[in-house]
Amino acid sequence: MSYAKRILYVDLTTGKTEIKPLDEKLAKEYIGGIGLGMKLFLDHSKAGVDALSPENPLIFITGPLSGTMAPSAGNSYAVVSKSPLTDGINESKAHGFFGSELKRAGYDAIIFTGKSEKLVYVWIDDESVQLLDAEHLKGKSPAETDDTIREELGDFYIRVSAIGEAGEKLVRVACIINDEFRAIGRGGMGAVMGSKNLKAVAVRGTKDVNVADAEEFTEFVRTIHERMKGPATRKYRTLGTPENVLVLNALAALPTRNFSQATFEGAEKVSGEYLNERYVKKIIGCATCGMRCDHIAVVPEGEYKGSTSRIEFECLWAVGPLCAVDRLDAIIEAIRLCDYYGIDGISTGVIVAFAMDLYENGIITKKDTDGMDLSFGNHAALVETIKRIGTRTGWLGNVLAEGSMRAGKEIGRGAEKYANHIKGMELPGYDLRTLKTAALGFSVSYRGACHLRSGAYSPDVKGKVDRFKIEKGRGKLIMDGEDLYNVVDSLILCKFSRGVMYDGLKDMAKYYTLATGIEMTPEELIKAGERINNLARVINIREGKGTRKDDTLPWKIMNVPVPDEGIAKGAVVNQKEFDLGLDDYYSVRGWTKDGIPTPEKLKELGLKDLVSIVKKKISSMK
Amino acid sequence: MPTIHEKKFVSGDPSKCIGCCVCEYACSMEHENTYNPTKSRIRAIRLNSFVNLAVACRLCEDSPCVAACPRDALMQSEETGIILVDEDKCNGCGWCIEACDYGAIQLHPESKKVFVCDLCDGEPKCVEWCPEEALDFTTKDIISQKARISAVKKLFQDALKSEK
Repeated sequence: MSYAKRILYVDLTTGKTEIKPLDEKLAKEYIGGIGLGMKLFLDHSKAGVDALSPENPLIFITGPLSGTMAPSAGNSYAVVSKSPLTDGINESKAHGFFGSELKRAGYDAIIFTGKSEKLVYVWIDDESVQLLDAEHLKGKSPAETDDTIREELGDFYIRVSAIGEAGEKLVRVACIINDEFRAIGRGGMGAVMGSKNLKAVAVRGTKDVNVADAEEFTEFVRTIHERMKGPATRKYRTLGTPENVLVLNALAALPTRNFSQATFEGAEKVSGEYLNERYVKKIIGCATCGMRCDHIAVVPEGEYKGSTSRIEFECLWAVGPLCAVDRLDAIIEAIRLCDYYGIDGISTGVIVAFAMDLYENGIITKKDTDGMDLSFGNHAALVETIKRIGTRTGWLGNVLAEGSMRAGKEIGRGAEKYANHIKGMELPGYDLRTLKTAALGFSVSYRGACHLRSGAYSPDVKGKVDRFKIEKGRGKLIMDGEDLYNVVDSLILCKFSRGVMYDGLKDMAKYYTLATGIEMTPEELIKAGERINNLARVINIREGKGTRKDDTLPWKIMNVPVPDEGIAKGAVVNQKEFDLGLDDYYSVRGWTKDGIPTPEKLKELGLKDLVSIVKKKISSMK
Repeated sequence: MPTIHEKKFVSGDPSKCIGCCVCEYACSMEHENTYNPTKSRIRAIRLNSFVNLAVACRLCEDSPCVAACPRDALMQSEETGIILVDEDKCNGCGWCIEACDYGAIQLHPESKKVFVCDLCDGEPKCVEWCPEEALDFTTKDIISQKARISAVKKLFQDALKSEK
């Protein structure tokens, strides 16, 4: 059985630790990863607690396959907490080596509560759990922290998950990074960790991880390895996700200059093709996975010579086309800095683009930027602004460190219209005016603007639907995508490997049962996916969010038509089609017109204990 | 008896290895029926993104590990070159570990005796599983031969191109 069957509780205020058994019924109902993580969050949190207060629990959780040989799932973990960016539920996953180590130490999850008086790190050596002083790690990057901890504890194979200076300084887009560049990226989990004065989690696990049917499981893994050499993973193994640059540009779906244009005149120069030809030095991978997707790029010459970072499409786009920066050397440096300070590269790029837009429109001036020319395309300003955000330097650094939603409100003078976020989380790299299934899908996502909550961009990009309109039926597409992705993220399969599940849920159910010995059918699995989505929605409702008024789109997406000549000219999302889409989605979900899960739906999903929350909300809205 | 020229061992190619540790999981499953890298006879090292290598026993001639054992718990098979551990004699003193330049012989986390690559009866599972084909079950002569071929190819790449 591949669950460790134990949950570790760490109270950072008192330093006390405790181990409690994992409830096997919960494990089956919520799988693991984000599903079980959000269930544990609900059970261990109070309503209305500030995300950065000691009372907000921070949950590190593995999946049922973590620690096994399962490629892409064997190496994973997730972090769940209330987000300081969205004030709603947040989950984020990372792969690498850390997740398997945590499972081998004998824990399915760690629940951190309270706040340490001083900066500490937790050292988990199988059964031994200690809080160690981390004052000497203050201001260090996650990678430096990792190196220092392994050096001082004297074991190369210790795995570390840490925050950088940004997390310590409560930058609301701070992330948590393990294994040099693998990030619990979105939703500001690093700030929650920083608010607890928790610099890092260091783990050494030496225990066995056993699966229920070793022979069959190992055979299935062999099949997955074979499939990974095939077409389903081609993109990730060759050009990598930066392949998207030219694909989306051709579709007029590559947001440029803070979502003004939908195509970028410099696309060729920041394309996956150009990147691989000139900058990628090695492609490596995570533990247990031979797929190889980590494109490690090095700048060979010029002012950013030697700068090294792992490049994926989303961050490349955010600090590149969105800021109109067409130099890959500056992009590589910008992403390196995001990893160095420990900030989410997507949100950070979108925030810098927001600031550039404000500057171009005269809402902020050189007086606000301490003399910096924040024009679109100025790569030096991009790099400087990232430094200021990561370290909360000056007025600009501080206001932008709050995220684009809060910064927009704080700056005022119409700045909010330039902030491209949903529920407070900055948009990823898809122009929602020309990919309208994505527009609807991103708007209803429980963690805010996110391409990975439903993959709703996929039917648009692949031409399976008319991407320039929202019509009946999109709700079902999005719901199916969400429920499936909830399963994927609860098993914590890497999404790059989702295509190798040739038989979809059937393969995933088989994987789960072979590993855990717990019977699971594809139907039960997708039901769990639906349960998880409803659970997340209700947590948001408990936090005063999660209704129709929160399922929004940024002002630009609904008010500024695409100006670029060509297929997409004039495209914009109008209120009527958006309302139709929301109605359609809520209806297939079995939710009210206000987007609230009905008591009947919750009972059907075995979520009876959440009924009182929705009843209260429904009656308050009458 | 086969000479060192003919004895095959598990060799890692640093230009192909990505440090993914699949070899460790395959090894521990084969020998210990569990997934546990600390029980693997081959261990991967990632110094940084660019420097990765999995290391296993290299079947040295006149093995220093064997020579170092004061209890005669180790002997080298004349047939295959693998190091055989007599678990009754081994007391985990670790002199063999100190003697090995490659870190290829280790102390087992449970038995507290040393353990080392046994080539899986001539069909090393790590080589079979390595997704990058970075591991070879080969001889030292073949490795040097391959290196020469690739060096010459590189040296004469223009000539080789024009032949086509």
